[in-house]
Amino acid sequence: MLMNSKIYTHIELSYEGFSLDVKCDINGSGVTVIFGRSGSGKTTLLRCLAGLEKPDRGRLTVNGNDWFNDKVFVPPHRRPIGYVFQEASLFPHLDVKGNLQFAQRRAPRDSHSTEGIILSFDEVVRLCGVEKLLPRRAQQLSGGERQRVAIARALLIQPKVLLMDEPLASLDELGKRDLLSLIERLKREVKIPILYVTHSVNEVVRIADDVLVLDHGRVKTQGNVETVFNQELFCLDDGNPGSLVEAVVSGKDSEWHIANVTFSGGSLSLRDSGFELGQDLRILIPAKDVSITLARHDDSSILNILPATIISIVDLDGAPDAALVQLSVGETLFRAQVTQRSVAHLALSEGKFVWIQIKAMSILNS
Amino acid sequence: MSLSESDLQAILLTLHLAGTVTLILLLIGTPIAWWLAHTRASWKILVNVVVAMPLVLPPSVIGFYFLMAMGPNGPIGSVTSGLGLGVLPFTFWGLVFASCIYSLPFVVQPLQNAFTLIGDRPIEMAATLRSGPWDRFIHVVIPLAKPGFITAGVLGFAHTVGEFGVVLMIGGNIPGETKVASIQIYDHVESMQYTQAHTLSAVMLGFAFSVLFFVYYWQRKKTTLVSGL
Repeated sequence: MLMNSKIYTHIELSYEGFSLDVKCDINGSGVTVIFGRSGSGKTTLLRCLAGLEKPDRGRLTVNGNDWFNDKVFVPPHRRPIGYVFQEASLFPHLDVKGNLQFAQRRAPRDSHSTEGIILSFDEVVRLCGVEKLLPRRAQQLSGGERQRVAIARALLIQPKVLLMDEPLASLDELGKRDLLSLIERLKREVKIPILYVTHSVNEVVRIADDVLVLDHGRVKTQGNVETVFNQELFCLDDGNPGSLVEAVVSGKDSEWHIANVTFSGGSLSLRDSGFELGQDLRILIPAKDVSITLARHDDSSILNILPATIISIVDLDGAPDAALVQLSVGETLFRAQVTQRSVAHLALSEGKFVWIQIKAMSILNS
Repeated sequence: MSLSESDLQAILLTLHLAGTVTLILLLIGTPIAWWLAHTRASWKILVNVVVAMPLVLPPSVIGFYFLMAMGPNGPIGSVTSGLGLGVLPFTFWGLVFASCIYSLPFVVQPLQNAFTLIGDRPIEMAATLRSGPWDRFIHVVIPLAKPGFITAGVLGFAHTVGEFGVVLMIGGNIPGETKVASIQIYDHVESMQYTQAHTLSAVMLGFAFSVLFFVYYWQRKKTTLVSGL
């Protein structure tokens, strides 16, 4: 069944100056983000999964069906996938409705009775918010609108896996925010497993359940987003270190637009951007916005003061005067970037008990 | 000034020839153009050169080689007589065959450009939407390459109408069989019938003008449609 499905991937492919050698199992549910810098092979991997690229060697088995091995190559049009390309690609000779119908007419009619997922035209149009766009042509749409239509079209083919190749890459900030909330909605309302390629940590943190990190065509690490972020990436999109905290919205102070969130080990206050009580939240905290004191100061403007224990102090590449202090608050990891001078001055060392201060405004609810 | 019966016959024959050739060329030119637009084979350049040859060769040279090849002892001639079809020179189908080669670049090149312009993306897009190769060709490639197909058809047709040298070499001037309009005009001039030559030439002139006007007008309308968005 769909919920327990697995994608077994072993793909080897090489061309001039590049080789991809990926061996991994991908969860057939939720959102798996394939993360990597440009040139890491993440798009090529996705194209292999779709059948748009044929690997030299390997095996690809999805939900027990062989899509590729020594003897089998299932062409893309026979794979039950939906694909969203990086730059929103719609058929220019059809209007939006025509683009959606292209998919609707070709969707397999019988294969979904077992899984009970059939997305109707109206449902998809409503979900993706493209009702008003139906009579328009692709050229008359903004980048974000085009991408919404492309997602709607990919859903109407009734895919068992939805593949998305950096769908936000060509959009402006507003378009990105808009489309991210659509993808979150998909995650909640449509139970189709999604494989999502990106090089943005922000997007990883926002939508991923699992992360597969590729580096130079090899799997560097794989696992759930919190573990992978805190062990491997720990850098935000601007390249600076940070920490990722999983939390639940536990209180709202509407007078000051402040929300309280609880995490394993304590609670934080941050700017309320319209959260709902009980909502799960992942928050990114830039390490340079976390400071360390030896005693608790209640007389500052800083809202978040947490007791912490130093786990380790590491040097930062490229910043000889700075150090990255990793601390635990309960079971949760925080990172603080301080000067070497402060490390010496405060005599910071492993196991030391300190207080950390975080400005509410600097917490990114990604 | 009016067209004589033999003039009319020549015009009808010309249209028949050009129509047949255009149809055949669209059928065989499409796969050639598709292959040229998509192959990575190194000998693609050779095919490109061969297809483009009729653009630069004098028609009499092409006609001469065809005359030799289609004659009873030529490679094409021995095949056709072996099949019991006789030899092709001085027949309608001989003209069709030679015209197909002669007008090939005028059909292949616009199609090749159109296919290249479409690129891989719409085809990949369709493939991920459960559209197989034929379905993709009919519902994606043909609509997107429509301007290319129209240009190819019009140019192939018009170029065949205008041919003279090849016809003269391998067709002769058998009325109703190989005597096309351009040959008819030549005959009129040879026999000092300038009035008839004028009339027929005027018809051809009008035809050429209308065809080109149609193509340019249609393309201009298309462009304003796209850029106006």
